[in-house]
Amino acid sequence: MYKRTRHLCFLLLLMMATSSIVAAEAKTLSLALGEPLSQSEIRSYSITIFPDGTNLPKGQGSVQQGASLYEAQCMMCHGESGIEGPAARLAGSDGWFSLSDPLRVLRIKKYPILLISVGGLWPYATSIYDYIRRAMPHYAPKSLSNDEVYALTAYILYLNEIIDDDVVLNDQRILELSMPAKARSISAWVDQ
Amino acid sequence: MVNKKLKSVAKGGLLDRRSFILSGMAFSAAYSLNALANDGSTPSRIGKDLPNWMKVPGQADVAYGQPAQYEQHIKRYLAKGAPETSLFSVWHTPLENQRGIITPSGLHFSVHHNGMPDIDPQKHQLMIHGLVDKPLKFDLETIMRYPMVSSINFLECAGNTAPNAVSLTPINHTCQELSGQVSGSEWTGVPLKYLLQEAGIKPKAKWVIVEGADGGSHARSIPVSKLLDDAIIALYQNGERIRPSQGYPMRLFVPGWEGNANVKWVHRLEVTDKPAYTKDESGLYSDILDNGKIQRFSFHMEVKSVITHPSGKQVLPEKMGFYEVSGLAWSGRGKIKQVEVSADAGKTWALAKLDSPVLDKSLTRFSIPWRWEGKETVLLSRATDEHGFVQPTRDQWRDQYASHSFNHYNAIQAWHISHEGEVGNTYV
Repeated sequence: MYKRTRHLCFLLLLMMATSSIVAAEAKTLSLALGEPLSQSEIRSYSITIFPDGTNLPKGQGSVQQGASLYEAQCMMCHGESGIEGPAARLAGSDGWFSLSDPLRVLRIKKYPILLISVGGLWPYATSIYDYIRRAMPHYAPKSLSNDEVYALTAYILYLNEIIDDDVVLNDQRILELSMPAKARSISAWVDQ
Repeated sequence: MVNKKLKSVAKGGLLDRRSFILSGMAFSAAYSLNALANDGSTPSRIGKDLPNWMKVPGQADVAYGQPAQYEQHIKRYLAKGAPETSLFSVWHTPLENQRGIITPSGLHFSVHHNGMPDIDPQKHQLMIHGLVDKPLKFDLETIMRYPMVSSINFLECAGNTAPNAVSLTPINHTCQELSGQVSGSEWTGVPLKYLLQEAGIKPKAKWVIVEGADGGSHARSIPVSKLLDDAIIALYQNGERIRPSQGYPMRLFVPGWEGNANVKWVHRLEVTDKPAYTKDESGLYSDILDNGKIQRFSFHMEVKSVITHPSGKQVLPEKMGFYEVSGLAWSGRGKIKQVEVSADAGKTWALAKLDSPVLDKSLTRFSIPWRWEGKETVLLSRATDEHGFVQPTRDQWRDQYASHSFNHYNAIQAWHISHEGEVGNTYV
C-alpha cells in the first residue's frame, strides 16, 4: 500500500511538472478522458435484470411452449428431467442425489458440481430469466426471443413444482413467484 | 551424513533453518578436496571429455521464448470434475513444479464458464452507467493513458481444493489436481476509482454489476466500496498484456476476493443500489451452511496454505535424507504472519521461514529443513495471517458447512508419507 501511494504521488508530481511546462496557465491536469455514453448505447447493452423487476422486458411464454423448446435446445446438456447433466442441475432440492436415484454414485463421482440445483439454490426467478437470456443455450447464447425466455423460465419453474403445467409466465407473474431458497438466503457481505 | 550439530525444532525430523548451511559447508569442503586430488596432467585437446553441447555452436534464439524442451511436460491440468463441455473448463496450475511466488502466465489457473471470446481490442469498450452523473465509455487506447499501479497478488477460485471439502475419503491426487486453482502474478492496470470518480457516483450507489464481453456475459455484483478501494482494470499480467485466458484485453482485478468476481473481458459496469443475484451468486458460488442457510457474497478467500514440496503422488528418494519442505501460504484479508509445519501429524509444530517478499494478499513462500526419519508420518502446514485468522482443521471447517458445500475450503492440508516414501493426500 505504501509503495502504491508513493508511486501515485510520483506520477502526480510528474504530471504537475509537465503541466507547468506545457500549459503554464493550467493548475491541474485533467484526467477526464472518458467519452459520453449515449442512452441508445445503454439500451443496447444493459441486459441485467434485477429481482425487483428492474429492466425486465414485456412478454410471455407458457410451460408447454417451454417444454418444446427445452426438448429441442436444452435437453442434450441438462438431461430429460433437468437433473441428469452433464450441465448444471436445473431441478430438485440442493444436495446429494436422492438415494432412490440408481445412478447416484456415478453422478456424484463424475459430476460433483451437479450437487446443487437451480430450483434448490436460486432465490429469485428473475435470475433464471436473466441467465437464459444472456447465456443460453450454451452453443448459441442470446439467440432466444424474450417470449421464448419466458417459456423456458416457466418450464424450469414447472420442473421444480413451483408453478403448474398450465401457467403462462409473463413480466408480472414472474415477480409474484416465491422461490424456496429465498427464505434460506443470508449475505456474508456487510458494507463497511 | 548426519551432522551432530543439527538442531531439531520439532519431532518427526524438522530442523532449524540453519541446518542446511552447516551441512552445505561440509559438502563443499569434501568436494574441493576431491577436485584437487583428480587434477592430473593437462590434456592435449580440451574437448575430449566435455559434453557435446560444449563443442558445437548453439541454436538461434526465437522471437517469443518458450520453456526448455525438457520441461514441456509441465502443463496445466484439465479437471475431470467439471461438466464435460469444451465451454466449461477448469485448468489447474502445477504448483509442485514451481518455486517462488509468481506463476508463469501460461500456467496460471483458469476457469471458463462460456469459453474464451476472441475480442478485437480496437473495438472493445468499457462502459460505466447507472447511478452516475455522466455515463461514460472508454476505449483501450484511452484507458492506457491513465496512471497505472502494479501489485503482486494471488488469485484463487472459490472452489479450489473442493475434493477435500466433499469427499468422505481422501482422493489420491497431486497438489496440482487438488489445489491448483490458485496462482500468483504481478497485475498492472488502472485503479477503477479513477474511472468511477470521473463518471461521478451518486450517493445512493452501493453495488456495481460488473459484466464481461464473453458469449455468456458473465456478471457479478460487487460492492462499490471494494471498487473504490484497491480494484483495478487489469491490462498487464507479469509484464505483458493479459492473455485471452485471463481476460484480454482487460479484466477486473479485486485483490483477495474469489476468482469468479474478477470478471474477465470486462466491458460494462452498471452502478446500482442493489445486487443483481446473477447466475453465479445465485447458485455455484454460494456456500451452504451446516444449518441449511445459503450464504451469498462471501467474497474473501480466507487464510490457507499448502506444502508443494513434497506433495501428492511424489516419492521421497532417500531414507534419512535431507529435504527442504516448501510451500505456499496466502490470505485474502492481508499478509501472512506465520506458517507452522508439523512432521508428526500435528503433535508438534515448528515455525517455517517466510521468504521475502511477504506481501499483502499475495502468495508467500515458506520453507523448513527436514530429515525424513524413514518412517510413516504426516506433514502439515498451518498459516496465520496478520489479523490473527488461522487455518482450521478439516473437521473444524466441515462443521460450518453442509456435507455437499465445497466453496472456500481452506482447511489444513495433510500429506501422508508411507514407509516407502510415497506422498499422498490424507485427512487427520
